[in-house]
Amino acid sequence: MFEAVSFYLFSFLVITMFLITVTSNNALYSMSALATGMILISGFFFLLDADFLGAVQIVVYTGAVMAIYAFGMMFFDTTREVKEKNSSAKVVYTLSVLSALLIVVMFAAPIISSNVEALYPMTEGVGNAEAVGMVLFTKYLVPFEVAAVMLLVAMIGGIILAGKKMDQSLTLISDEDHNEEVKS
Amino acid sequence: MSIGVEHYLVLATVLFVIGLVGVMRRKNLLMLFFATEILLNAVNIGFAAISKYYGDLTGQMFAFFIIAIAASEVAIGLGLLIVWYKRKNSIDLDIMTSMKG
Amino acid sequence: MEKYLYIALFAPLVGSLFAALFGASKKTVITGLVTSGLLFVSWVSSVILAAHVFDGNIVHVEMMDWIVAGDLSIPFGFIVDNVSVSMMLVVTTVSTAVHVYSMGYMSHDAGYNRFFSYLSAFVFSMMILVMSDNFAGLFIGWEGVGLCSWLLIGFWFHKESASWAANEAFIMNRIADLGMLIGIFLIYWNTGTLQYDQAFAAMPNLDLSIVLWIGAFLFIGAMGKSAQFPLHPWLADAMEGPTPVSALIHAATMVTAGVYLVIRANPIYDLIPEMGHVIASLGAFVAIFAATMALVNQDIKRIIAYSTLSQLGYMFVAAGLGAYWVALFHLATHAFFKALLFLGAGNVMHAMDDELNIMKMGQLKKVMLGTAVLMLVASVALSGIYPLAGFFSKDKILEVAFSEHSYILWGTLWVTAGLTAFYSFRVVMIVFFGNERYSKLGFHPHEAYPFMLWAMAPLAVLAVIAGFFEHQFLDFVTVVLPGYEFHTHHVEALLIAVTSAIAVLGIVTAIIMYKNGPIKKDLTGCRIYQLLINQYYIPKIYDEVFIKPYHELSRIFWKLDIKLVDATVDFIATTLYKTGEKTRSMQSGNLSQMLIWMVVGLVILLLAAVFYTEAIPMIQDLYSKVG
Repeated sequence: MFEAVSFYLFSFLVITMFLITVTSNNALYSMSALATGMILISGFFFLLDADFLGAVQIVVYTGAVMAIYAFGMMFFDTTREVKEKNSSAKVVYTLSVLSALLIVVMFAAPIISSNVEALYPMTEGVGNAEAVGMVLFTKYLVPFEVAAVMLLVAMIGGIILAGKKMDQSLTLISDEDHNEEVKS
Repeated sequence: MSIGVEHYLVLATVLFVIGLVGVMRRKNLLMLFFATEILLNAVNIGFAAISKYYGDLTGQMFAFFIIAIAASEVAIGLGLLIVWYKRKNSIDLDIMTSMKG
Repeated sequence: MEKYLYIALFAPLVGSLFAALFGASKKTVITGLVTSGLLFVSWVSSVILAAHVFDGNIVHVEMMDWIVAGDLSIPFGFIVDNVSVSMMLVVTTVSTAVHVYSMGYMSHDAGYNRFFSYLSAFVFSMMILVMSDNFAGLFIGWEGVGLCSWLLIGFWFHKESASWAANEAFIMNRIADLGMLIGIFLIYWNTGTLQYDQAFAAMPNLDLSIVLWIGAFLFIGAMGKSAQFPLHPWLADAMEGPTPVSALIHAATMVTAGVYLVIRANPIYDLIPEMGHVIASLGAFVAIFAATMALVNQDIKRIIAYSTLSQLGYMFVAAGLGAYWVALFHLATHAFFKALLFLGAGNVMHAMDDELNIMKMGQLKKVMLGTAVLMLVASVALSGIYPLAGFFSKDKILEVAFSEHSYILWGTLWVTAGLTAFYSFRVVMIVFFGNERYSKLGFHPHEAYPFMLWAMAPLAVLAVIAGFFEHQFLDFVTVVLPGYEFHTHHVEALLIAVTSAIAVLGIVTAIIMYKNGPIKKDLTGCRIYQLLINQYYIPKIYDEVFIKPYHELSRIFWKLDIKLVDATVDFIATTLYKTGEKTRSMQSGNLSQMLIWMVVGLVILLLAAVFYTEAIPMIQDLYSKVG
């Protein structure tokens, strides 16, 4: 009971928020709706007994990713309303309806859903975070480490792309030039 | 009524299609990124639902890594967007046609 | 011994390839020397092989397999027996003489190297033809000589008339080759093999009508190659080629291939004597037909060409009546003196700046005594005067005709002998004797290079002495060929006398009529004269009946081709082009549009996934429920 109510409530809210994101002409509204949607999705995760995932969703997605978007938005001139010329509205909506139908058909048909079987079954008796930890550091260790390297690369890339005067190396120029740099 | 995996999957589908609409419709590059985020989140829901209903932690792990990847993608994407904006002073998609032909 | 066979066979090929290396360059004397040298080597090998065969051995090699498919096995096999070695000797002797002669004749021609390449290739094909031991190899050689003949007749291809003549020769030969192919197919179909010995052994067991068809079709092939009526116009027109070509191909070798075929296939023709009579009658008709046309013609090479045609008729009379060794004998002697005649005519032409009209010559013996003597010898041999070679061979043919009691044939050949003597000496008198007509027309004739005369000399010697080897030849060749029973012993001497008489009469008439040059009377009004000088209007008939309608038909089909075939191909091309142009709009560079295309692709993939995973099992379900 409780589950059904919260499911429908959350789903209604999430769909509304994302629709605003997609259809609004104001960038600020769009971004805010997106952030709200993210938090509501974490609600779903908690409903699904994926506590760790829900927490990560809030911290990383809403906290970090939306913060980046917010900073990015400050950078561009978003007070202007973006004039959007939608030249092929019919095509867009046809395609979207069609793809929706097809995917639902795929999921709803019993053939596919009956073929799923568990690869790494959950252990009983432990909390979700502990279970995640057990799987993450044993069976998914290599992807974990690779993801760490990837995050490092992304960070360095972000700094280089967005930083000022990134074509000069501070450590390689001599001291007098350095002073000149500082003065200018 | 009990919520089965089909409910979650249909929800994930609907959110995914909303994201598709946004991807196809948006002419502002920043808004395009928003729509991409929606896509990723929809998929996350699907993974988590299947993980719960089939007793397998693989789905949650996948969703976890998707979040990590999405974060780094945003970082680089916005960095590139900033570089582009510095040069062209506009992030309108209809202007970016240098890959024509 | 096999190595001599291969040397004799492949030396001309090596020469041809060597000359072909220089095909596009300017004249290099080395090509002429090397090709002539290699042909001389081939001649020496042929002589050695002849000596070997004379001792009673036959050389039979199978070089390699060519077609082995199911029951069909055709090897590249070569046989050197008495018949083929005789042909080899004739071919190599005349070819060597012609090669050396050409070194002088073509010395100012830009296509010198190309000429020798073609000429040696021709000799190679002819060697394959005579040395092959199965019908397929014969056909390869047959086609090869046809091709080389085309190349050589049309040697001066920038002359419209030359390429036309080359095409005419090739096409007429092609028509005949169809008949020959059908004959070969029939042989294979009924005997299961194309090897001579096996096919001939199986012949008597076949139904006689089949053998008749085989003989008839093979003879059609021979008709094309040896220019029998009605496939004869190409021979006269083939004189467009250089004179050495005429000497080699259209006197001694290629045109005798048809006779060789009939001689080789004698087991077949022995079974169908009616066909033999048809062949003989056709031969006699051609003999007199060609002789009449030579009477009035004014082109020196054409006269000699008609003479060749006439003598080929003689050979077919002999072969048709079953006297194969006589035909072969006449083939050999004719090769010598006819080649000599052509080479002499070449000297005359060269001296007169390639002028062919004999009316413009006269009294040339003053400046060209050597050539005059050689041509005189050849003409006497051709007329059949004792003791030169033509007497023996031609006389034998007349005896054969008489002994078969075909008196009409004998009569025809007898009259033709007279005509032959007449027109040969007509040429000699008008060109070398009589009044001098050339200096008014601005010609400055001179004798040919000495080495060219020396090249002609062996042919002259052979034309004189070859007749005396008749008995040895008979014994040599009848090891393989059937002999011939002459039923004329009591009138033999009378026949010889009568034949010689008409030949002498022809010569004397010619000398008296033309001793002061050509006849002054204008004969163009006479209808018979018109008939003869226009070659009985046969080329015109062919033109009207065959060439023009065919040309119209080709034109119609050409239009059809443009509208149908070209349109279809162009349609495919324009479709692709337009499709490309329309889909180019996909690559607008606009990210939004590309994303839309991406979703389109996604939808297509989803459709495929749904269809394959859901629908097919559903359909199979339904099917099993229904069926």
